[in-house]
Amino acid sequence: MHELSICGSIADIVTRRAAGRAVKVINVRVGQLRQVVPDTLVYCWELVSADTPLAGSRISVESVPVRIRCRSCGQVTDVGAIPVFACGGCGGFDAEVVSGEEFLITSIELEPREEGASS
Amino acid sequence: MGRFHRHDDGTAHSHDHDHDAGDHSGYATGGERVEVLTRIFDENDKTAAANRAEFAAAGVRVVNLMSSPGAGKTTLLRETLGRLGGQVRVGIIEGDIETSLDADRLAGFGAQVALINTGAGFGGECHLDAPMVRSALPRLRLADLDLVLIENVGNLVCPAEFDVGEDARAMVYAITEGEEKPLKYPVMFRSCGLVLVNKLDLLPYLGFDMDGFLGNLRKVNPAAEVMLLSARTGEGVDAWCDWLRAR
Repeated sequence: MHELSICGSIADIVTRRAAGRAVKVINVRVGQLRQVVPDTLVYCWELVSADTPLAGSRISVESVPVRIRCRSCGQVTDVGAIPVFACGGCGGFDAEVVSGEEFLITSIELEPREEGASS
Repeated sequence: MGRFHRHDDGTAHSHDHDHDAGDHSGYATGGERVEVLTRIFDENDKTAAANRAEFAAAGVRVVNLMSSPGAGKTTLLRETLGRLGGQVRVGIIEGDIETSLDADRLAGFGAQVALINTGAGFGGECHLDAPMVRSALPRLRLADLDLVLIENVGNLVCPAEFDVGEDARAMVYAITEGEEKPLKYPVMFRSCGLVLVNKLDLLPYLGFDMDGFLGNLRKVNPAAEVMLLSARTGEGVDAWCDWLRAR
């Protein structure tokens, strides 16, 4: 349940980047090795953003599967639901994670500028 | 209808867009899409780097000790302090929800103990993060220490996510927890260079399958160093202390 503190970090980053503009959507990329529950993140965001300038914005989560690349034979293997970090080709365990550890805000979607507002 | 696409890094997935706001095409509809590409743990990791630099400047090595609740971290620390006393100057950063019970158990061994109560805020944090560890630094005289042991909050999930500025991560795993936990909490087991398999004195009374456990550990972290010990009887604790002395 560290989604609450994560939402605090997201709010800080988004507030800086939005620079006062109203935010509609925050696109977040989450690797499956990140122990973040998307539904919990969305729910916590409602709590954290309430009564702030970010209230009404929502988080959209893009999930990235775990993949490893074997250092011996080079094969890329999907790590399934039961996490075995072994090469699907040669069975070797000397492998590096090539995706699944991402945890970043990729973009934010802002409301159109108000009519007549200066730039 | 999902949108399937592939990223430069080879990851592919589909999105279900039930909204009319922007998408990942780069063309916002109605509003404006601004690329951010900022890591969410950026702030934590910067503070962790500052902690690491401060520890290094003082010549202090730091081990982040993690486990489930009740795996025996505090008992092991007591045994550890008893053995290292007079040879290695140890500081303890103790993360705990609400109480000072653990810190009290560690008093009287000549170690500096800094308690971080993580109970503030939404029902208590489930982990230590870098700013929390930073807040404990003024309560430790780093110049008078060789080693800092961080006793993280008992939890197999959240602490693994947060770099706090440690040099190494070790985990205490009690054989009462069963054989399958590495497969259920792979991130924690992968994040630790050393796994201390504790409560070995209970082995005759449990149906614990040590080979099965070690096999599961290898599946998620083949490089992990493993030590078998019992913090209660002291069996194997010397090897752990040697590991710490060698840091």
